[in-house]
Amino acid sequence: MKKAVSVLIVGMLILGLFAGCSDDGATDKGSGEKIYRIGVVQPMDHPSLNQIRDTIEEELNDLGYEGKVELVFENANGDMSLLPTIMQELINSQVDMIVPIATPSAQAAAATTETIPIVFSAVSNPVEAGLVTSFENTDKNITGVSNSIAIEDIFELAGVLTPEVETFGFIYNSSEINSSVGIERAKAYCEANGIPYREATITGTADLQQVASSLVGSVDAFFTPNDNTVASAMATYMQVAMEAKIPTYVGADSMVADGGLATVGIDYTVLGRQTAAMIARIMDGEDINENPVEQIAEYANMINVKTAEALGVTIPESLKEDFVLIGE
Amino acid sequence: MTLLVGSIQLGLLYGVMALGIYITFRILQLPDLTVDGSFSLGMAVAAVITVAGHPVLALIVAVLSGALAGLATGLLQTRLAIHPILSGILVMTGLYTVNLFIMGGRANLSVMGNTTVFTQSKTLVALVVALFLTILLAVFFKTRFGLAIRATGDNEDMVRSSSINADLMKCAGLILGNACVGLAGALIGQYQMFSDVGSGSGMVVIGLASVIIGETIFGKRGVTIGLASAVGGSILYRIIIALALRVDLFPSYALKLISSAIVVIALSGPSLRRGLEQQRVRRSVREHQRRLDSDASTGASK
Repeated sequence: MKKAVSVLIVGMLILGLFAGCSDDGATDKGSGEKIYRIGVVQPMDHPSLNQIRDTIEEELNDLGYEGKVELVFENANGDMSLLPTIMQELINSQVDMIVPIATPSAQAAAATTETIPIVFSAVSNPVEAGLVTSFENTDKNITGVSNSIAIEDIFELAGVLTPEVETFGFIYNSSEINSSVGIERAKAYCEANGIPYREATITGTADLQQVASSLVGSVDAFFTPNDNTVASAMATYMQVAMEAKIPTYVGADSMVADGGLATVGIDYTVLGRQTAAMIARIMDGEDINENPVEQIAEYANMINVKTAEALGVTIPESLKEDFVLIGE
Repeated sequence: MTLLVGSIQLGLLYGVMALGIYITFRILQLPDLTVDGSFSLGMAVAAVITVAGHPVLALIVAVLSGALAGLATGLLQTRLAIHPILSGILVMTGLYTVNLFIMGGRANLSVMGNTTVFTQSKTLVALVVALFLTILLAVFFKTRFGLAIRATGDNEDMVRSSSINADLMKCAGLILGNACVGLAGALIGQYQMFSDVGSGSGMVVIGLASVIIGETIFGKRGVTIGLASAVGGSILYRIIIALALRVDLFPSYALKLISSAIVVIALSGPSLRRGLEQQRVRRSVREHQRRLDSDASTGASK
């Protein structure tokens, strides 16, 4: 009896998976026009990633696709083992395109389908992530917008803003691929230019205070790339830095808004807009082959005036033209 | 259809991990938290070797690495007498560094474009591996050595008094369990085409949930049924998750709560059944009492 009930339950579950398989493909809205379905997938909830998602939606509406496009938003909420299932669900519900945000989602999408076009956003290093052979060579039905940060520009900015800085302290989360890639480039830049640096890694927000404190006294400035973990604990980070009067250079605009000194960083709204434009082109029938991977077109140049004042840093007139000054 | 097939594939692969968790949690009765680390370890090792072009060797080395992680936990527990939960956490935490080191300091390693064991057929490979491993373990736990491990989990004092080396048996079980987990990590890494240092987090809960769902559906019986139901439970777990994703009644962030609720419901099955059983017993006792009372009163009226 118990067994029969179990078998029944299992049977119902499996039937549930089949249910609706046939009728949830592209829907007609009476006008006979086909609705283009796009699955937008993010690995976790995070201010920057959410900003990309929201911008893509707004921008597609602004481009006049309202009512012609149905966006299906999925989120793995930090559980990486869910990503393959999410991708399979999207393919099952017959989406016409997948838009994965950040590296793990893009990799999961690429491993799940070869037939549905993939347009990724916020992948710092698509070549190393195995998504494309090169930026120009998008022959795997995958393209997108990459958000490598402008490492060189940040260090040049530091040279103008705080010329007395000798040693940099790198603080980042070693389990974030976008950070480790940014740090590798920062190291290469420093070594090429003879700038001494020390690095300290965290594995979660809980380590940040101690790790940052451990560098105080041996470095003259902090540098953190667009690190999601540090970004979510800027308050802690800034407490340590401001107490020790150490300027902090960061890789994202939100991190300057939260007290970092300055950035030539990722503007996630720009990233979302660029992704939406690319989605639109491919929706309108352009080939992925003809759309090479794009770098983010413009960076967010930002200086936090309050932080600068507290550190006793004077902002040269030459910078005031190109930089957004916040906290005035 | 893709979703169902995909869920079954994932269920079988994570089932290999559920087998490992069944060995440590159910057969040895040890709360082993090494799993989060040994899963990523297997994945990292396999990714590096897969990129070098040896997908099958990658699986073998991942099994050995997982076994080593289990041995480390076992030694901490038995030789240094550190609490089992803490031993697992210590090894898992230490493995984070090891895993990053294996992947050359990178948090994420792609195996895109390399041949994996799934290049020919995903479903068949997943099925064969899970089936073969289940049978292998079922046979093993019928041997003298396997029985000694089971006895250690059932009654350690009895085992110690019958001149079986209980410490050795614990280590053996942990080695075996984490070897399975390492293999699962390797398989998942090749299946999803990348290895990420954060992939192992939450694996204990997923594995445990699978084992419990299996037990709830197929009942608690012998070790062979137990192993098979761990894999079955894993497949069901993935199907449940897929359903939760499919039914768009909730926002996506509700999924965690839904999966928790599912596990709680699955867990509460046995105790609910016990409760019903007790109620039945109580009711029949009351009936009996009433009958006795009425008998007594009729007897008194005679």
